Amino acid sequence: MNTPKELLYSKSHEWISFDGDTAKVGLTDFAQNALGGLVFVNLPEVGDEVEKGKTCADVESVKAVSDVYCPVSGEIVAINEELLDQPELINQSPYEAWLFEVGSISDKEELLDAAAYEAFCAEEE
Amino acid sequence: MELIFEQSREGRGCAILPGLDVPAAELPEGLRRGKKLHLPQIAEVDISRHYTALMKRTHGVNDGFYPLGSCTMKYNPKINDEMANLPGFAKIHPLQPAHTVQGCLKALCMAEELLCEITGMDSMTFQPAAGAHGEFTGLMLIQAYHESRGDHKRTKIIVPDAAHGTNPASAAMVGYEVVSIPSNSEGCVDLEKLRAAVGEDTAGLMLTNPNTVGIFDKNILEITRIIHDAGGLNYYDGANLNAVMGIVRPGDMGFDVIHLNLHKTFSTPHGGGGPGSGPVGCKELLKPFLPVFHQVREGDSCKFENPAQSIGSVKAFYGNFLVVLRALAYVLTLGAEGIPEASANAVLNANYLMHELADLYEMAYDGPCMHEFVMSLSKLKKENGVSAMDIAKSLLDHGIHPPTMYFPLIVEEALMVEPTETESKETLDGAAAVFRSIYETALSDPQSLHDAPVRTPIRRPDELGAARNPKLRYQFTE
Amino acid sequence: MGSYVPSTRQERAQMLQKIGVDSIDALFANVPAGMKLKTLNIPQGKSELEVSGMMSALAEENRVFPVIFRGAGAYNHYIPSIVKSVTSKEEFITAYTPYQAEISQGILQSIFEYQTMICELTGMDVSNASVYDGASAAAEAAAMCRDRRRSRVLVSAAAHPMVIRTIQTYCHAAHVEVGIVPMKDGVTDKDALASMLDAKTACFYLQQPNYFGQLEDADTFGELVHGAGAKYIMGVNPIACAMVKTPAESGADIAVGEGQPLGMPLSFGGPYLGFMACTSAMMRKLPGRIVGETTDSEGNRAFVLTLQAREQHIRREKASSNVCSNQALCALTASVYMTAMGAQGMQQVAELCYAKAHYTAAELGKIKGFELVYNGPFFHEFVTGCPGDPQVLLSRLEEEGILGGYPVEGGILWCATEMNTKAQIDKLASVIREVSGAWN
Repeated sequence: MNTPKELLYSKSHEWISFDGDTAKVGLTDFAQNALGGLVFVNLPEVGDEVEKGKTCADVESVKAVSDVYCPVSGEIVAINEELLDQPELINQSPYEAWLFEVGSISDKEELLDAAAYEAFCAEEE
Repeated sequence: MELIFEQSREGRGCAILPGLDVPAAELPEGLRRGKKLHLPQIAEVDISRHYTALMKRTHGVNDGFYPLGSCTMKYNPKINDEMANLPGFAKIHPLQPAHTVQGCLKALCMAEELLCEITGMDSMTFQPAAGAHGEFTGLMLIQAYHESRGDHKRTKIIVPDAAHGTNPASAAMVGYEVVSIPSNSEGCVDLEKLRAAVGEDTAGLMLTNPNTVGIFDKNILEITRIIHDAGGLNYYDGANLNAVMGIVRPGDMGFDVIHLNLHKTFSTPHGGGGPGSGPVGCKELLKPFLPVFHQVREGDSCKFENPAQSIGSVKAFYGNFLVVLRALAYVLTLGAEGIPEASANAVLNANYLMHELADLYEMAYDGPCMHEFVMSLSKLKKENGVSAMDIAKSLLDHGIHPPTMYFPLIVEEALMVEPTETESKETLDGAAAVFRSIYETALSDPQSLHDAPVRTPIRRPDELGAARNPKLRYQFTE
Repeated sequence: MGSYVPSTRQERAQMLQKIGVDSIDALFANVPAGMKLKTLNIPQGKSELEVSGMMSALAEENRVFPVIFRGAGAYNHYIPSIVKSVTSKEEFITAYTPYQAEISQGILQSIFEYQTMICELTGMDVSNASVYDGASAAAEAAAMCRDRRRSRVLVSAAAHPMVIRTIQTYCHAAHVEVGIVPMKDGVTDKDALASMLDAKTACFYLQQPNYFGQLEDADTFGELVHGAGAKYIMGVNPIACAMVKTPAESGADIAVGEGQPLGMPLSFGGPYLGFMACTSAMMRKLPGRIVGETTDSEGNRAFVLTLQAREQHIRREKASSNVCSNQALCALTASVYMTAMGAQGMQQVAELCYAKAHYTAAELGKIKGFELVYNGPFFHEFVTGCPGDPQVLLSRLEEEGILGGYPVEGGILWCATEMNTKAQIDKLASVIREVSGAWN
């Protein structure tokens, strides 16, 4: 399992990368592996208000759909439109395939660092 | 095999229609179709052969054992089809004057009376075209009832986690919030959790009994009472009625509204996905809200009537009428003894097959089942890597339609088996032998099960590719 | 004997013995004793011969009209013999939804071919495997267009009343507002639509040809609707599609319709066929089953149910529709019909309908009071005046074995198809002339 050190993680298996006032969110390697081949993503719209711990996107595999939770509260400032045509990018390189970017961040969940997340995943397995 | 479009040859076709016997008339230019219409150009002989080839690549109840859990794939008696196709039914325009359609109206009245007696309901609409359509209709009746009393705070529908996916989807279509309550270790409703979930905001409960794991919930009266005490109504999903028809009635279990799947319980064919029919029965208190076109008797004749506070219309006209006729012929054939006899034997067959497999296959729940049972392949999956899917695919090679896979969601690696009453002991014995031999293969040669099926028209399809790059129609080159 | 149960008394005893219970009743131990039904109060079972007699007697209480000039949502067309022959094959009739692709290639391929034909007929990009009927298809289409920002649904008053009612019912359930765009001179009022469109409008539904048979200026409505940022749904007659500008050409985002004219008998209103097609952009919002082409593990062409994660069995309460059963056998019927007709045959049936309806209108128009009520172009239905009690006229036509037009506000809605010969039309005109003669 690949868990980059520079990222933070949620217990619902999203990674988050802060960059100044905004943050990009994606799915972890652990998550994409558990979900299997992804076939579609439903992304929020730019301008949507999001709340930490609430679902704001979902990803579809052939016979399942899984919610994606937003680790921070704020407003969607960008979405990764490339994923709409190529959801498999999440499987291929989960840490490059960000789903959405949040700005005007007002609050955030308790996030894990890479080591804590790896330990958390080990427990889940 | 080739698509019908790939067999098309310029200049071929069938001579179906005559020429004009009135003056030609021309559509004004601005309204005319500009886009070329591609449809196959084929001689009748090749149309016939094409569909015969497709027929041979299709597996119906007529082709063999079809124990698809929760779908009640019983035999579809042929007399029913013949009666539905009588010109006196098939050639009737839906907007003919009432005095010219008395036979149709009487058939609907008879079907209503018989099915109300079987379910313990007071009234029934035949407008819904399928089970899910019936759920939507039934929930609208519940909504209309609460609204008519000025009770607008009831925003929640309680649905057990083992329920069919249509239940929560239907509730959401009616704007209800779905409260999912977990099942207990016997797969039944957890009374404590139910009590904790109900309140002034409870619009109702959706339940099937026997439930989706094939067990009759013995607390059913307590369950429906809890909902009634909270001011909610009880909705019965008729998907599993085949276990209990003529033996116990939803109306006597405390249910206020139900839907039936005529294409399951009442032997009408499923047509490769439909048409079905999902009539909705209700108690007197919901009758004023039924959809329009409710059939009623008036002296010796029958007519349609629009209920006073009708929810409206869930489709045009009066439902899948020819399907209702098939169900009517079925109920007339079985009658007072045949109806419970069918359910009793559905339960007997399920228990027999379960018994013949229980020493090898792990059953998800102990004790006798009703008309279907659920096996869990989770142990085999963990220990030998053979999944419910592998077992199912191997059954295809033996000419058996697999059980329902991966449902209910609360059982890991689930296979849900519903033999129905129309299968003989030999068929069940034969199927048991196949299931047993597959299990042995799972232990001795798991790879062969991963590779199954091998004797079917195609091997396992690439579903991931299909979903990632949807190709949903044939593209013409010109 | 009469319950289609094959096992004999002796076999049942053997099975019970193996299970280890004394009676079938013991298997129902969970059912509270007091709740069990003592007697089922319906008649005793009957033999096949008796049931056949009863059902045939009911059928005989209906009147089959040899001549029909009534449409209003259900149309009398010729059904080629090959259609009936193919759709009576038991494999197609008795199969379930094709969950197991390996043994369901026949059904799956037939649906894939159906989807292609519906796309061809409507000009749209994607079709689903069918829904219940044209009215529920319209209601499902409206649901496809709604989102958080736009929820209001507009419907033309010139649509079929039952379609309007169905859309209203579905919308009422979802607490969504429906606006009815009024009619002017037999067609939808453009100015009224323009004034009703707003930022909350999700979609507008137009029927083409409309309930009164009139052909609407569909392109202009499309421009108006898109100008307001809403979606454009057209409800179309599939026979007319072979001749009239397709919904795609008029800018529709979704095309739906009643597929009954494509080979399904009148059947007192059902089973019929709801077809639904849309642009690629809306593909994932389509309800119901969709079949896709793929390959199997050996590279052979294969068909599967696809895009399943949209559906209720996966998405549960988050699914946009609860549809699971559809009208697959009716979809098969429609494909065989369109195959037997071919493009030329489809155009021919449309031309026959058009010419016969126009001849009928012309003949009726020669009778005082039976002139056309609306003057716009029409396809195979039209409204004439009726200077007396329509019921008197219709009863007189019944005596001649003719099911006359359908009474609507302001007159009678007539329909002519390829089934109506010149002799029938002339007869109709002569009976009307006779009845109206007595009125003058």
